Amino acid sequence: MSANNNVFIALQATDEARSIIDAILADNPAATRIDYPAMVKIDAPGRLVVRRESVSERLGRDWDLRELQLSLISLSGNIDESDDEFCLVRG
Amino acid sequence: MNKPAFDVQATNAASRKAAPRKLSLKERYNLMTGDLGWETTYQPMDKVFPYDQFEGIKIHNWEGWQDPFRLTMDAYWKFQGEKERKLYAIIDAFQQNNAQFNVTDARYINALKLFFQGVSPLEYAASRGYALAGRNLRGVGARVACQMQAIDELRHAQTQIHTISHYNKFFSGLHENSYMFDRLWYLSVPKSFFEDAMSAGPFEFVTAISFGFEYVLTNLLFMPFMSGAAFNGDMATVTFGFSAQSDESRHMTLGLEIVKFLLEQDPDNLPIVQHWIDKWFWRGYRLLALVAMMMDYMLPKRVMSWSEAWEIYFEKNGGALFEDLARYGIRLPKYHEVASKEKGHLSHQTWATFYNYTHATAMHTWIPEPHEMDWLSAKYPDTFDKYYRPRFEYWDSLAKQDKRWFNPGLPMLCQTCQIPMLFTDVGSDPTRVVSRESVYRGTKYHFCSDGCKDVFDYEPEKYVQAYLPVNQIFQGNCGGSSLSDVVNWCHVEPADSGDFAQSEDRANWNRWTHADAGSEA
Repeated sequence: MSANNNVFIALQATDEARSIIDAILADNPAATRIDYPAMVKIDAPGRLVVRRESVSERLGRDWDLRELQLSLISLSGNIDESDDEFCLVRG
Repeated sequence: MNKPAFDVQATNAASRKAAPRKLSLKERYNLMTGDLGWETTYQPMDKVFPYDQFEGIKIHNWEGWQDPFRLTMDAYWKFQGEKERKLYAIIDAFQQNNAQFNVTDARYINALKLFFQGVSPLEYAASRGYALAGRNLRGVGARVACQMQAIDELRHAQTQIHTISHYNKFFSGLHENSYMFDRLWYLSVPKSFFEDAMSAGPFEFVTAISFGFEYVLTNLLFMPFMSGAAFNGDMATVTFGFSAQSDESRHMTLGLEIVKFLLEQDPDNLPIVQHWIDKWFWRGYRLLALVAMMMDYMLPKRVMSWSEAWEIYFEKNGGALFEDLARYGIRLPKYHEVASKEKGHLSHQTWATFYNYTHATAMHTWIPEPHEMDWLSAKYPDTFDKYYRPRFEYWDSLAKQDKRWFNPGLPMLCQTCQIPMLFTDVGSDPTRVVSRESVYRGTKYHFCSDGCKDVFDYEPEKYVQAYLPVNQIFQGNCGGSSLSDVVNWCHVEPADSGDFAQSEDRANWNRWTHADAGSEA
């Protein structure tokens, strides 16, 4: 089996999620974006971070990390969530 | 943002954070979850929670159970409320605009029927199952997580019924899903899967559903299915699907935490958990045969093949997951290599079976169009043309002579997964059906695979009690001896079944959308 250590997050292709997706791609240079109908999947080797500040900047308002729940479709990896960062990690 | 009232009490936490009176996520979680539990005094804890020890799982410290999302009830209501408002606004718009006519073609609705008949009742079963598990687990973190999930699953069942009730005004097969779920032969596959989990102990239930099913396998259901629904113009289904799936990602995460928690508590838990992972991987994989068929045959516009989805979501993503778990001593589930070998065959064999028996289902089947067969050839270069295309072309030629093939017999079912014995030995001879047997107390039982035989052999007392629809029909317990008696007893109406070409759905669709260039309008 050809395994890898990618984590992923899949978000709805909506207006609000667009800011989240842009923030993730900016904060995770190794991440790759794959577009599906109505859905964007982002893969990243080993670790992926969603930063509250980066999303807030792009949305132009204070964004609570837990609002991620409204746009999230699926994910893979171990979660570490604080007030400012939502991390997906392997190992 | 609204400030919840309890924050006012939290002044002692103010010094730790820059924003005064606001608790950190971790503090809130601990106060709103851990603080809700107590040691009982009127009765001993072991009598209050009598079912969390017989499975052999040893828990030394329940505080090790953490919800990785650290979701508290107040936030839960707020975000779930927002999801509902969005969803129902879209359902309203969908209905007002007759958007059911914007789907690719009426064949697509059959994927929705299969989902509504076979998956939506599982959402309700999950609600019951998590309510039960929450009652039986003594750790407060686990109880709160199960409670939220029970409410989530109830929401999924309700939103699916509300969304699809609109389709029920226009298409067949959607009128009595809960009744059909209890009686129709192919729906005993998902039904018995969940009842197997619910009738196990609470730890096996959460390992089975939260980890085995939700974490390892549901991406294969929801991601291609919902993305497929979007691709086929079904806005309402996409919306309830993604609304549900945003909860699922929370459930999946919990599934991983459950397994890690059990493994961290005691080394004796490892063989028990590994056994459950082996069992529920195989049970879940067999259930997904329905999804494989849906992806490859039932979506007029296809997103990806079953084989590709299996590679992305199980072989790559699941592979990474099990590498992570290796440090706990967990290995890949038993027979995962069989599942990977079957990926080039699974959807074709399942669709062929439904094509055979479509007169006894509440959905329609059809022979793929020539360009769809070419897509299947391209996606399955090693198997489709060699083993399956000739069969479909032959059946197509029969249908064109007005001799559409329906199988008049009843299939033998696997005692464990309850799927007809349709899977072949893809390793050595893909034209030969796999058949395994066990004898228990003088009676012979039949299985579709080594995986299903193993599950039976480990707990034969449980599986000898299985309600197998075909056996029940032969015993005279299903409304009568003729096919129409049985079908009536399942509340399947004549318009629900048979080939798509002759269906009311197709005739109506052509009339309503003028697809026949006005010939019937």
